[in-house]
Amino acid sequence: MTKLLEWLLGVSFVGIAWGLVTFDLLDLQLPSVCKEVAWPIPVYLLVVFGCYSLATVGYRVATFNDCEDAAKELQAQIKEAKEDLKQKGLKM
Amino acid sequence: KMTSSDKYSVLLPTYNERENLPLIIWLLVKYFGDSGYDFEIIVIDDGSPDGTLQVAEQLQKIYGEDRILLRPRAKKLGLGTAYIHGIQHATGNFVIIMDADLSHHPKFIPRFIEKQKEGGYDLVSGTRYRGDGGVYGWDLRRKLISRGANFLTQVLLRPGASDLTGSFRLYKKEVLERLVERCVSKGYVFQMEMIVRARQLGYSVGEVPISFVDRVYGESKLGGNEIVSFVKGLLTLFATT
Repeated sequence: MTKLLEWLLGVSFVGIAWGLVTFDLLDLQLPSVCKEVAWPIPVYLLVVFGCYSLATVGYRVATFNDCEDAAKELQAQIKEAKEDLKQKGLKM
Repeated sequence: KMTSSDKYSVLLPTYNERENLPLIIWLLVKYFGDSGYDFEIIVIDDGSPDGTLQVAEQLQKIYGEDRILLRPRAKKLGLGTAYIHGIQHATGNFVIIMDADLSHHPKFIPRFIEKQKEGGYDLVSGTRYRGDGGVYGWDLRRKLISRGANFLTQVLLRPGASDLTGSFRLYKKEVLERLVERCVSKGYVFQMEMIVRARQLGYSVGEVPISFVDRVYGESKLGGNEIVSFVKGLLTLFATT
């Protein structure tokens, strides 16, 4: 099953459950509290996911390692390499 | 003392790398030499107009034809076919793919090898996003795009690997062969597709944090076109795998 199909399946599942509860499609005579709570859940989930995404990406950007040492080490090794290669007869 | 009969073939596709090629080869020889693993370097030059191939020939004289193999092509033909071409000439049982512009440092190769031996992994991927992995030379915009794109990829594909667009990896040779056959995308998405297909085929993926030193970013900004084609490629993978 492709990821797209997995998502469609998952969303359908949640969507049907939500529809059943909110609109009382099975005539289960649920207390109105259930309907009131269920009704905004899709929007609520989207908002939660949006906030989670922003927070996660923000955190990851802020803690993205800056490899200063790696850059310095590379510069030093480039010098060393050029010297050594010149001695070995490389014409740049 | 090294008793293993493993041999590591490093594939270096090059285009206009006259300045960097001697340096990357010097570093590869140094770190393989220090660690004692058996290796060869396969330079796949796509008809560089700047004389990269001539420099490669000099390096071959210095380091030996058993260590430096030249398998050039007439013109720029793309990464997937470069890998296929390189694999055909590789005598190692493991293949390492990396960039030739010094953004990937050979010092990580012994770590890739040890990680592979530790877990028997079919492929080991260098990650910039975990552990002490990281990047040098990126501004805030670039980091934001990178992390944002990676987040989207994780949500949509749930790939079980933290860095999908990275191209510093160690593969068992037959694994790389099978994967390249199956992959159809280009550019960043090609590297992503390799890992997604590896998962599909049940291959195991290990990770090693790496540092990526970008000295080219200033000249080639990540533009709208690349972002659009990345998203298109990602959605295609989402819908087809």
